[in-house]
Amino acid sequence: MSLLEVRNVSKLFGGLAASSDISFTIQKGEILGLIGPNGAGKTTLFNIVDGVYPPTKGQVLFKGQVISGLKPHQICKLGLARTFQVVKPLQRMSVLDNVIASAFLRAKNKAEAVEIAMETIQFTGLEEDMDVISRGLPLGKRKKLEIARALATQPELLLLDESFAGLNHSELNESIEIIKNIKARGVTIMIIEHHMKVIMSISDRIVVINYGQKIAEGTPQEIRNNPLVVEAYLGE
Amino acid sequence: MKKYLPLIVLACLAVLPLVGLSSYMLHMIVLVVMWSAVGMAWNLLAGYCGQVSFGHAAYFGVGAYTSGILYYKLNISPWWGIPISIVVVTVFSFLLGLVVLRLRGPFFALATLAMGEMMRVSAENLNWLTGGNIGILIQERTWIDKTYYYYIVLAIATATFLVVKYLMQSKIGYYFVAIREDQDAAESLGIDTTWYKTIALCISGALTGIAGAFYTNYMGYIDPHIVFALHDVSIVTIMIVMVGGVATLFGPFVGAIIMVFLAELVRSIPGLGVAHQTFFGILLILIIIFLPNGIVGDFQKIKRLFKFGGACK
Repeated sequence: MSLLEVRNVSKLFGGLAASSDISFTIQKGEILGLIGPNGAGKTTLFNIVDGVYPPTKGQVLFKGQVISGLKPHQICKLGLARTFQVVKPLQRMSVLDNVIASAFLRAKNKAEAVEIAMETIQFTGLEEDMDVISRGLPLGKRKKLEIARALATQPELLLLDESFAGLNHSELNESIEIIKNIKARGVTIMIIEHHMKVIMSISDRIVVINYGQKIAEGTPQEIRNNPLVVEAYLGE
Repeated sequence: MKKYLPLIVLACLAVLPLVGLSSYMLHMIVLVVMWSAVGMAWNLLAGYCGQVSFGHAAYFGVGAYTSGILYYKLNISPWWGIPISIVVVTVFSFLLGLVVLRLRGPFFALATLAMGEMMRVSAENLNWLTGGNIGILIQERTWIDKTYYYYIVLAIATATFLVVKYLMQSKIGYYFVAIREDQDAAESLGIDTTWYKTIALCISGALTGIAGAFYTNYMGYIDPHIVFALHDVSIVTIMIVMVGGVATLFGPFVGAIIMVFLAELVRSIPGLGVAHQTFFGILLILIIIFLPNGIVGDFQKIKRLFKFGGACK
């Protein structure tokens, strides 16, 4: 059984089809890349999976259970966490408090929440900025904080929405390292990314969407050589 | 030192009546303590959970009328109103929350404002229950001496302080602040935002209601214009917390001291009439511009300001 199954999902905003008839699955333990030109409907698809929008048609199944129609907090409790493309740190809280707040989902008491939070912060390399109020963090660290916060809910499936956008070279390498470590822990990852080098090197499989439709699916090698994908990105 | 500050403040307040204050002065201090309790309750919902209510008079009034109606209709001591108002106001807040918590930001604020006014109009017109505009008079006062009332309200305020302090250190507190900072992010972190906002509203409402029930017992008279007043209850509550410091434990107390005494001072200036309210408007504008976090929240800023002034001499 696949961990996540997106079954014929369509989402209409008025007359605009942000997603139409998209289907794919994610297997446990893999990294699935989701790519596509700007406005292709990648984030909309995330929002459908994570419960922010109900799909107009179709279903999303997580661990065999239909989750479309549930609220985001219920889906998070089942073990599916996400980060936001436009980072949403809890601004007037310190980095540590941000992570503690999400660690409470699985912790029985505060001591346990702090313990999970500390461990997650070390894992993502934020220990030096632990006590910084998150409003003052530079973008690279805010992106890391997004990941840390999602991880602290101890998910089985992690949705990363452009966690690499706007990072400099060294931050990029750090983040790739973090993603690989997350995978090594047994967490399945679905990632939206524009940075082709990154997505090609870390993904096990890639799904390409354009104008709300799935146009290709396959290994990075297959995607690289797919004429439809090349056309979507570079034009005819 | 900081850890013991609440205890020191409490000890000072506890011995205050022993220094031989006049009855008038004691009355002022009873009001200060009562308003700090209301401010702390509002702060829990608005300051920590980010749901700014303009209608806390609704909870204050329902609490006050719980006491009043128990006496007026059932001939029970209005003191029972304090425990009973907890149940009544919690249920009331929960039902209100079903409606108003669907809204966010300014829409929530406006809905609560409307709710407060609705309660006032209802209380004016439900003559069979509330006595309408004639109000409810408690004919037998329990004590003449205000000292007893003072200790009761001090106990209420201390309990309110402890409830807020305890909550804010627990999971619920983290969740409240997370909701304040970003409701969508909070939801994606597995926080049932609707449920926790309802909890914040119910606790905040119940704590305000207790103060309202005390008010009935203390003042001995209530009518809809007093306890459901928009400017004298809802807005004053907001002012107290804004002046003292939003989302701080001591802010409401500091704010209440300033507001109660300032109101009394300004009101005693002859020939000013209702223009005293203008002062509060100006004060609020100054606070928002110069001390957006209130006196407690911006204490470091105030300290720096004075140090700077000292260096210039």
